Amino acid sequence: MSADNNVIISVNDLKKYYNGGEVKALDGITTDIKKGEVVVVIGPSGSGKSTFLRSLNLLERPTGGTITFEGKDIMSSSTDINKLRQQMGMVFQHFNLFPHLTILKNMTIAPMKLHGLSKEAAEKKALDLLRRVGLQDRAGAYPAQLSGGQKQRIAIVRALAMDPDVMLFDEPTSALDPEMVGEVLDVMKKLAEEGMTMVCVTHEMGFAREVATRVIFMDCGKIIEENTPDQIFTNPQNERLKSFLQKVL
Amino acid sequence: MYTKKANQILIIGIIALILAVFPMVGTACAIFGLIVAARNKNARTLIRADVGRGLSIIALLINIVAIIYLILFKQISHTPAWLMSLREAFYATKFYSDFENNFITDNRYTFIRKGLGVTFEVTFFAVLLGIALGVVVALIRSSYDTLKEELKGGFGKAILFILYKICGIYLTVIRGTPVVVQLMIIYFVIFASSNNKILVAVLAFGINSGAYVAEIIRGGIMSVDKGQFEAGRSLGFGYVRTMAFIIIPQAFKTVLPALANEFIVLIKETSVSGYVGLQELTKGGDIIRSRTYSAFMPLIAVAIIYLLIVIFFSWLVSLLERRLKNSER
Ligand SMILES: Nc1ncnc2c1ncn2[C@@H]1O[C@H](COP(=O)(O)OP(=O)(O)OP(=O)(O)O)[C@@H](O)[C@H]1O
Ligand SMILES: [Mg+2]
Repeated sequence: MSADNNVIISVNDLKKYYNGGEVKALDGITTDIKKGEVVVVIGPSGSGKSTFLRSLNLLERPTGGTITFEGKDIMSSSTDINKLRQQMGMVFQHFNLFPHLTILKNMTIAPMKLHGLSKEAAEKKALDLLRRVGLQDRAGAYPAQLSGGQKQRIAIVRALAMDPDVMLFDEPTSALDPEMVGEVLDVMKKLAEEGMTMVCVTHEMGFAREVATRVIFMDCGKIIEENTPDQIFTNPQNERLKSFLQKVL
Repeated sequence: MYTKKANQILIIGIIALILAVFPMVGTACAIFGLIVAARNKNARTLIRADVGRGLSIIALLINIVAIIYLILFKQISHTPAWLMSLREAFYATKFYSDFENNFITDNRYTFIRKGLGVTFEVTFFAVLLGIALGVVVALIRSSYDTLKEELKGGFGKAILFILYKICGIYLTVIRGTPVVVQLMIIYFVIFASSNNKILVAVLAFGINSGAYVAEIIRGGIMSVDKGQFEAGRSLGFGYVRTMAFIIIPQAFKTVLPALANEFIVLIKETSVSGYVGLQELTKGGDIIRSRTYSAFMPLIAVAIIYLLIVIFFSWLVSLLERRLKNSER
């Protein structure tokens, strides 16, 4: 809806119901995500954070509302969703690396098959990315041979290998042992500093405070409050946000 | 660290098999291989040591049969007197006269030999047909399950729905009726005008096996974590490519042993082909029985052959399972 051509994703009155409307996972979400923004989504369990994030690349099919990505209605039947997904990288809580492929193959399969990159070009790019996260020596390993933190760093660069315009993160550090959280957050922080547009669902309030340009607080499928991290953490308005912050901080 | 011993066991097994041309040496070699294998149990953590041990056992069996044949039947210019008398005594036994009557007179063993060939032929092509059918049916059924939300109605969805229903009926009918009845229906009703019994048997057993293979493969597809599918789709792969590059390779690995077992089951199932007059292994033995009126030898011979085949392939499956487990780490 917005005429602002800096807007990458525009979400309007997004709804997702389960069991014929009995469960309202999303109950009218409206927000714009602009180029270069780092949006952190917080909220209690079951508030619809994952559903919101997964709707953005249509892993969940919304019940109502619209989502436009770079000006295109992603739910329209004339839109090639596979093309759009190539421009949206996604990182999952449980990594979802392909266990039957080496790290290098995990990272080259999509660029080769979808962007038509030659094997050499794809491998060169993958190795460059691996170097950026300090894992260049694990290129030949299988996912099962890596630690959780390493797996998640690979999952991030696997998505980056497709040169996405936006990166979506769904609790990327929740399945990690505490000592591995830092290494993954560091990669995400670097990515944010390089200007990547990011939407992150996370419980890492430190990350939200430090890296986010905007924080969205969700509850019961609705956006309750959204503001700069400074305002959200030092000057929360809504009672539910206040009690949520009391519990997590 | 056990690699050297394991390699040794493997090489001895291969040599023992080759040496079957000199059965005495071959037997000695095979026994040596078994002893080395027994004394180095640790080496058998490596699959190749198990393969070597298996080859030694096979070589031992072949060599023993060869030795018995040489002692009892081989004509040499100066057969020693003691061997001649041993042979005379053996030829006089009831066992030998039964044996001769059932297998040697009129070259009756050819019923077994040709029957075995037919059994293998039918099984081989039925397995191919079964896997092809099974993969197609499994893909249709699981793609309908995942795509019914994504396809926004219309023509594609209607086609997929019809295919899905057809596959459902196929599975219900095939798994709900005995394979003999299916075989007879295909022979006497559907192909009443043709007399190509092998083709009929391949079709019947292939179509039958396809239903079971379909469920095996569908189980394999469902056993792959849902996150794998989502990861593939979120990279931008379409449904078909996600299946082809990410889901099927993982599913295939988990179902390979089950598929191989299906093949073993199929070998035994083809034994009912006699109902439409196809002369496979079981029917071959039965024909001998009807000619000689002695049931013991031909039927036991048939049973032993099935047993050896099944033991052999089960062994291969167990090696395969170990191999797959190892690569999981
Ligand atoms: N497939 C489904 N069927 C029915 N209800 C569902 C389904 N998926 C999610 N829900 C419900 O939708 C609501 C929102 O779920 P969602 O996973 O988006 O929450 P979340 O904020 O990500 O929670 P968490 O922090 O636990 O990950 C929850 O009440 C959940 O029970
Ligand atoms: Mg969630």
